[in-house]
Amino acid sequence: MTLKASENYFDIDDILASNERIPCRVELPIYRLGYLDSSHESEHLLPGTKIEFPYWLGRAVCSKKRHIVGVDLPKQYREGYREILSADATVVDLHKLGPYYYSFGTKLLHFEHVASADIAKSLVKTFQNRFRKIMDSSQNAYNEDTSKLTENLDEAERSLFHSGQLGLHDFQRWETRKTDKLTTSNMVRNHRKRKRNVLNDGQ
Amino acid sequence: MLAEKALDLIRELERSVGGSLPPYNEDRVRQVLEEMRVLCEQNQKDVSATVAGESGLFSGVQVRHAALERNKRCLLAYLYNRIEQIKKMRWEFGSVLPTEVKYNLCEQEVQWFGRYNKLLANYMRSIGGCGGLDLTQDMKPPKTLYVEVRCLVDHGEFETQDGNVIVLKKNSQHFLLRSECEHLIRQGILEHIVH
Repeated sequence: MTLKASENYFDIDDILASNERIPCRVELPIYRLGYLDSSHESEHLLPGTKIEFPYWLGRAVCSKKRHIVGVDLPKQYREGYREILSADATVVDLHKLGPYYYSFGTKLLHFEHVASADIAKSLVKTFQNRFRKIMDSSQNAYNEDTSKLTENLDEAERSLFHSGQLGLHDFQRWETRKTDKLTTSNMVRNHRKRKRNVLNDGQ
Repeated sequence: MLAEKALDLIRELERSVGGSLPPYNEDRVRQVLEEMRVLCEQNQKDVSATVAGESGLFSGVQVRHAALERNKRCLLAYLYNRIEQIKKMRWEFGSVLPTEVKYNLCEQEVQWFGRYNKLLANYMRSIGGCGGLDLTQDMKPPKTLYVEVRCLVDHGEFETQDGNVIVLKKNSQHFLLRSECEHLIRQGILEHIVH
């Protein structure tokens, strides 16, 4: 689940979310690392250069203690987008804006930007507004193609949707008394399928 | 960008679906370690230059240090998540992995699997009285002592606890002790028939 608040060192989703880019402005010269900025050919990163750093790097070089670069807000968290989300959050394609819109958004709060409080509010509000629709669709899509329903969901919302689907399927299985049947384990089944595909391709 | 290669490893894991394990990417891991070595050397050089009196190198050191930490996190997460997957496999496939799966593990992972196997077996022997307790059995609460099963593949001869030998031929049906055939059902050799 990507919804948990604390960072997990080994969490794949957290690692991917912390790789989202942030626009930065270099404020102290960074020597011999000019290759990070592919649009310039200079050997050093000089003050005033604009560059996009992944979050993990931005976090390391911009804090209260050290201020090597200045950090700006990515455009999908700026006021314009926040207004769109407050108008009607349910129609926005968060996957396109994210795909880790919420978790990256919470990470951005670490920089204590002036708009931080507004971003935090907007994230919660957005999630609240979208939650009902996600829950509804995950509880009512039985035996149908769900890719249309999940295509504009953020990764955290997707895992929420899948949890809902799992619950629905388990309930249906219980209702039709299928729970006491012993079944092949999932890994074995998937492994068989893949093997069969390989064999078919070989022929 | 820095630490891009390490992230590829993580992406590889993310793409693998349905409990499959991608082959251990030894090449990429070596490339990441090489990148880390270079970064570390440059940092050492800059630090000794700073000690010698040069100033302003600090920011570069910070950036490289962050990249080192990031690479370390990605590598460790790569190994850790693979191990978790392998651990899960012990419970799903049983104590012997199919060769195609084993082929995707690196040598240390095979060793780890063997040791995990041994630990689990020792533990299961030590609990539940003299005979031990098989934790991988009865994953769902059992309702009957015997179950009706159908063979999905030709599996060969199978000796039951009371000494009878039955031949598990494709499409043949048997009435067996649940405890004896649960593993075979989980491994997809038998199918449980419920009426």
